[in-house]
Amino acid sequence: MEIELRGITKRFGEVVANSDVNLTIRPGEVLGLLGENGAGKSTLMNVLSGLYEPTEGTILIDGKPTIFQGPGEAIEAGIGMVHQHFMLVPVFTVAENVILGVEPTGRADFLDLETARQQVREINETYGLEVDPDELVENLPVGIQQRVEIIKVLFRSADVLIFDEPTAVLTPQEVTDFFQIVTALRDAGKALVFITHKLQEILEISDRIAVLRAGKIVGEGDPKQLTEAELAEMMVGRPVSFDVVKQPFAPGETLLDVSHLTVLRENDEIAVEDISLKVRKGEIVGIAGVQGNGQSALVQALTGLTRIAAGTIELMGTDITHLSARQRHKMGMAHIPEDRHRSGMIANFTVAENMVLDTYYDDRFSKGLTMRWKQVNEISAQNVSDFDVRTTSVFEMAGHLSGGNQQKMVVAREMAREITLLIAAQPTRGLDVGSIEYIHSRIIDARDSGDGVLIISSELDEILSLSDRILVMFKGRVVAEFGEGGKPAEKNAIGLAMAGATQ
Amino acid sequence: MSNTPATPTPSPSPSASEKLLQRAAPDRVEFEDLVIVPIFAVIVALVLGALTMLATNVSLPTIGLSYIALIQGSVGSLNALSETLTAAAPLILAGLGIALGFRAGLFNIGAEGQLLIGGMASVIVGFSLPDLPMIIHLPLALLAGALAGGLYAAIAGWLRAATGAHEVISTIMLNLIAFRLVDYLLRLPIIQKTGRADPISKSVLDSAELPRLLEWIDPNLRVHAGIILVLAAVFLVHWILFKSTIGFEFRASGENPDAARYAGMRSGLIIVLVMAFAGALAGLAGANQVLGVLDRVTPGFSAGIGFNAIAVALLGRSHPVGVLLAGLLFGALEAGGRQMQVSAGVSIDLIAIIQALIIVFIAAPLLVRKLFPWGFQRTDKSSRSKTP
Repeated sequence: MEIELRGITKRFGEVVANSDVNLTIRPGEVLGLLGENGAGKSTLMNVLSGLYEPTEGTILIDGKPTIFQGPGEAIEAGIGMVHQHFMLVPVFTVAENVILGVEPTGRADFLDLETARQQVREINETYGLEVDPDELVENLPVGIQQRVEIIKVLFRSADVLIFDEPTAVLTPQEVTDFFQIVTALRDAGKALVFITHKLQEILEISDRIAVLRAGKIVGEGDPKQLTEAELAEMMVGRPVSFDVVKQPFAPGETLLDVSHLTVLRENDEIAVEDISLKVRKGEIVGIAGVQGNGQSALVQALTGLTRIAAGTIELMGTDITHLSARQRHKMGMAHIPEDRHRSGMIANFTVAENMVLDTYYDDRFSKGLTMRWKQVNEISAQNVSDFDVRTTSVFEMAGHLSGGNQQKMVVAREMAREITLLIAAQPTRGLDVGSIEYIHSRIIDARDSGDGVLIISSELDEILSLSDRILVMFKGRVVAEFGEGGKPAEKNAIGLAMAGATQ
Repeated sequence: MSNTPATPTPSPSPSASEKLLQRAAPDRVEFEDLVIVPIFAVIVALVLGALTMLATNVSLPTIGLSYIALIQGSVGSLNALSETLTAAAPLILAGLGIALGFRAGLFNIGAEGQLLIGGMASVIVGFSLPDLPMIIHLPLALLAGALAGGLYAAIAGWLRAATGAHEVISTIMLNLIAFRLVDYLLRLPIIQKTGRADPISKSVLDSAELPRLLEWIDPNLRVHAGIILVLAAVFLVHWILFKSTIGFEFRASGENPDAARYAGMRSGLIIVLVMAFAGALAGLAGANQVLGVLDRVTPGFSAGIGFNAIAVALLGRSHPVGVLLAGLLFGALEAGGRQMQVSAGVSIDLIAIIQALIIVFIAAPLLVRKLFPWGFQRTDKSSRSKTP
């Protein structure tokens, strides 16, 4: 089945999400759709999967113009979408999830689960998916849950599969497995669309690449003839530098001095064990480590969000071990939380409200008990332009911004004031190259102007390119130090330390 | 939506900054939800109410008569308006408190109990301080009501903050305790009316009564100074929620407690404060009843106001002005309902049914839109759905 999008335009009120998009999707081919957050990738695919009606333009299926009245009709026509956020019932088995909505029935309209299980097994075998139809979904790792979503789509006999940012939630090993499945599907003659903003992946898996920017197709090409740099430039609209330029390393006095810090989890297990570290003026200290090795607890302890079991924390020579988050914040400690949706912002608040979420009590923004909304709005507008947050107005709900812009909003809030120490946890997770480059440059600026920076990231490349010194956390402890006094910062050695290898 | 297109404006200019400060015009859909849907909801509820009456063998002319009585009894005369306002006042006060809780993510079922405790406190102050001038006695009695209600609700807040006990459970329990506590207090000699064997409190002294506002026109007009209190409370709650730093904290904790905590807000303190504010407003509703209408306390004088106030808060979408309007609607239904019963002989229970129907329809805007497709702008289904 071949699908052609011809002149697709989609407007939301005055906002143009897609403008005159022409695109062909062919069987037996993986089409990589590349674009920054907010470039209109998801809108385009929602048009294709029947969720949105295009404002202009037509969808041709095997040359026949088609209008979908809803997702149901698109599914019937053989177009299936695997969403970034899975739509599975956790307490149902794989087979039950797969048949949800299209349950096969036997005699007297009773549910025929046996047939369902059989069909799931057949799909399994055809594409090498290896999913147990009787396992409860909540017991499955994320990578397998994604396969359940794929089975769901195949079960509804889809010929066109759309994957929306499929690798965002996967570990590197799961990504490799996922690519094998994609290849198997392609070889079986399915047409595949792979939406992403990750350059490496799109070059690896696609047969053809289309780049979307500001709602328009700005380029199409063969991955064999394209480089990452070319793709990044097409996607962002200007040359993107992957190299970080920073001033020579000249650390000053100690800002943060942590000694023998131990933090317990709620169940009294040890999360952080006997960690000592220093962050000096004008340096970036990176904490590398596979997620779940105590980094979150460390950040919470440093920022005053959790109680510590033992040890002391000093900021600029003052003991802050028992100070509240608010008091530490007032001393110039800024914190970019690891999960912006959960703890970094409020989706139902405006951009302006989010901009003062932790500074509203400041004299600039309130007088006594009264908020000074005029000042809040003006300074927010200033921050929005300074930090390149793309929003129509400061009164826009933060939840309506794209992920990259939400993160820039959080970064703006934390960095647009006098700070001395920045603690940035996963500052660029899930962002596109343009936003990553921007946030990195801001962090470097902070370092160059004499602030201390502590970066916690599970992206080793990020740690490597930014940090002056690197500490590796494993099972709650700092197991290795690289740079300056320690061993030279070398990727393989750090990777080994992250895996717990002791040298 | 996560699909706001990237606008190529990297260079900030003064005009760009000005543009950022422009508010978007209110959405047509929003306007319809706030204004047109409630109007249709009332109409549908009245029609269904008529059908209910038909089903219970009420004749058509009587139904017509009863709806005329409903209008006459609620807005048809000065007395009707006075009754509507009198009935609306406590609903709005308690409803504001509940709305405040909703905004902060707390489901306070305890307005009934807080109202009882508040009323009890203000009646005690109201009858026990003779020879005080009104200018001191009345505010004192009101303050006692607010304070008692606030403290009573703060117990539930403290339980939630300190132990994690859910406020729905604890406020329900506190309601039961309040009922029995009032029963018990009413039999204490210092509170019980002298010479009475049944549980009834002494009467409030004149100096603590909320003065009737229209007595100079007709001594039967019951509307009293409580409505001034109501307006002040609407302004106060509006200011707290949208203009003050504590309101900012309340709303932040309600929308995303984790983000509020990360921003350095003290969630435990906020929970206790919100409950105390909410309880103070409910207590004030009790004081309003005792000092403005009833003159004394009898068992169960709260008459379900604290529960109806939950509906008022929901109907008003937890916005102070919305609560004011919803409270007025409920007050009108109550006053008109009494007239319905008197003139047409229709059961007062029917009013409860109509009230319930109105809430159901307002709570289901999509249903109303389906029923009256010509009443609304044709909405593009895609523009209403948001991608996560």
